[in-house]
Amino acid sequence: MFPSPLGAIEQLYIGFFQTGILLTALSESIYRIALGYGLAILFGGSLGILIGVSKIADETLGTLVVALQSIPSIVWLPISLIIFAGAQTPAIIFIIVLGGTWAMTLNMRMGIKNVQPILIRAARTMGYNQKEIIWKVMIPAAIPSALTGARLAWAFGWRALIAAELIGRGGLGRTLMDARDFFNMDMVIAIMIIISVIGLIVEYLIFSRIEKRVLSRWGLSKL
Amino acid sequence: MEQVRIEHVEKTFHNKEKEKSFTVFDDINLEIRSGEFLSLLGPSGCGKSTLLNIVAGLDEATNGEVFVGDKKVLQPGSDRGVVFQEAALMPWLTVLENVSFALRKKMKKEEAKEHAKKYLKLVHLSKFIGSYPHELSGGMKQRVAIARALAMDPKILLMDEPFGALDEQTRTMLHREVQYIWEETKKTILFVTHNIREAILLSDRIVLMGTRPGGIRKVYDVNLPRPRSITSPEFVQLEEDIMSILGGEIEKVMREEMGDDFNTKKASLLYGTDRNLGDHI
Ligand SMILES: Nc1ncnc2c1ncn2[C@@H]1O[C@H](COP(=O)(O)OP(=O)(O)OP(=O)(O)O)[C@@H](O)[C@H]1O
Ligand SMILES: [Mg+2]
Repeated sequence: MFPSPLGAIEQLYIGFFQTGILLTALSESIYRIALGYGLAILFGGSLGILIGVSKIADETLGTLVVALQSIPSIVWLPISLIIFAGAQTPAIIFIIVLGGTWAMTLNMRMGIKNVQPILIRAARTMGYNQKEIIWKVMIPAAIPSALTGARLAWAFGWRALIAAELIGRGGLGRTLMDARDFFNMDMVIAIMIIISVIGLIVEYLIFSRIEKRVLSRWGLSKL
Repeated sequence: MEQVRIEHVEKTFHNKEKEKSFTVFDDINLEIRSGEFLSLLGPSGCGKSTLLNIVAGLDEATNGEVFVGDKKVLQPGSDRGVVFQEAALMPWLTVLENVSFALRKKMKKEEAKEHAKKYLKLVHLSKFIGSYPHELSGGMKQRVAIARALAMDPKILLMDEPFGALDEQTRTMLHREVQYIWEETKKTILFVTHNIREAILLSDRIVLMGTRPGGIRKVYDVNLPRPRSITSPEFVQLEEDIMSILGGEIEKVMREEMGDDFNTKKASLLYGTDRNLGDHI
């Protein structure tokens, strides 16, 4: 019953090409993270812009966001399941959103706050009004910081998803728990491999590339 | 004909926390003629930038008003282009996009780009239209900023120490470029500097400002033929004249800032050998 590398590879093969268990689990997890992460970026980004731009919003919502960020999002699962009447997928997506949003918000806020005032003044001399300045100066200037937020949001969101699935139903997390219940440790390892491979793909194939391009274009790369 | 009228302008900064207020100047009166090249010269902290920003409409005067033509200045406008000490280019836009950024309020993208190219040619940067700001030297960035300000085709160009951060050679080159542009476009230019030589080299008139109390100390007409030679006796004479007054003003500022550490001998060394007063302070 102790797992072996060879056994894990065998389980990967069986899970993907014979029973299809892993394929189903993986697509379910990917569907959840894609939706949840997308919403987290959208909500977090908009909220970050709002509290970055408006002092009143910052003084009220700003502290709330910091408070919310300190709660591991998995803690929300019981409440989330009640809110969504036990429907697993929406409840888990909600956990992902809660996991990713705040990091995105805080980084976006910082990006907006740190825009060089001289750029805003320059835009004013060119006849741009406050609203146009937000869209054409502040948001573009905040992109590098937003990217850091997006990266963190991914890390939080991905962990939140797996944690929620370990407790809830469906996806890679549940399949891992099922495998454990059947004492199939090779399968457990196989799923852990999938989880880490996805992490690597997103980190190196997506974020690193985008970051490289953005940092060089914004003139921020350290060579 | 006057293009800009500055009437009884006062600027006081209120510090809310300390409930202290500081009046930079309380009654500035100045008229800038159409097509004139006018420099504001004075020690650090005398309010040159403050005054320029009020004319730009970026800051509000506490009292008094500024007119451009017969319109009162209430906010920034495309009749006044501004060039700051830092180029203030948007880092995520190319040189061409940065210049057309100033035109996008008035025209469509393609038209703006065509227009922008014209002005980049004027500052000799046609080769770099696709570069990003971080790929340019300081002097080149400042030329982009000048092209951007000119592209709006403002009647008035406001320049706040535009070459303050550049080395001597680049600065000399840009002096020529600015003179050329000024003669070519007939703009009215308000130019802030604390470099006496730069002021004499470029200006029709020099307004000397001082601190405590802040205000205009003296106005010099520079009636020297262009291009000017910095070694001509008239040039040197004027330099000496301005220096004698400005030296006193600077000493006042230093005494204020350094308190007991102030030492006249040391101070005279600081500005005695080099007429770029305060340049490298
Ligand atoms: N926002 C502000 N709040 C309080 N005081 C200010 C503010 N901005 C400027 N000041 C003060 O007003 C005075 C004039 O500043 P200003 O920047 O116009 O000087 P300057 O002549 O342009 O100096 P420099 O040559 O160093 O650029 C300074 O004493 C400065 O401390
Ligand atoms: Mg200044």
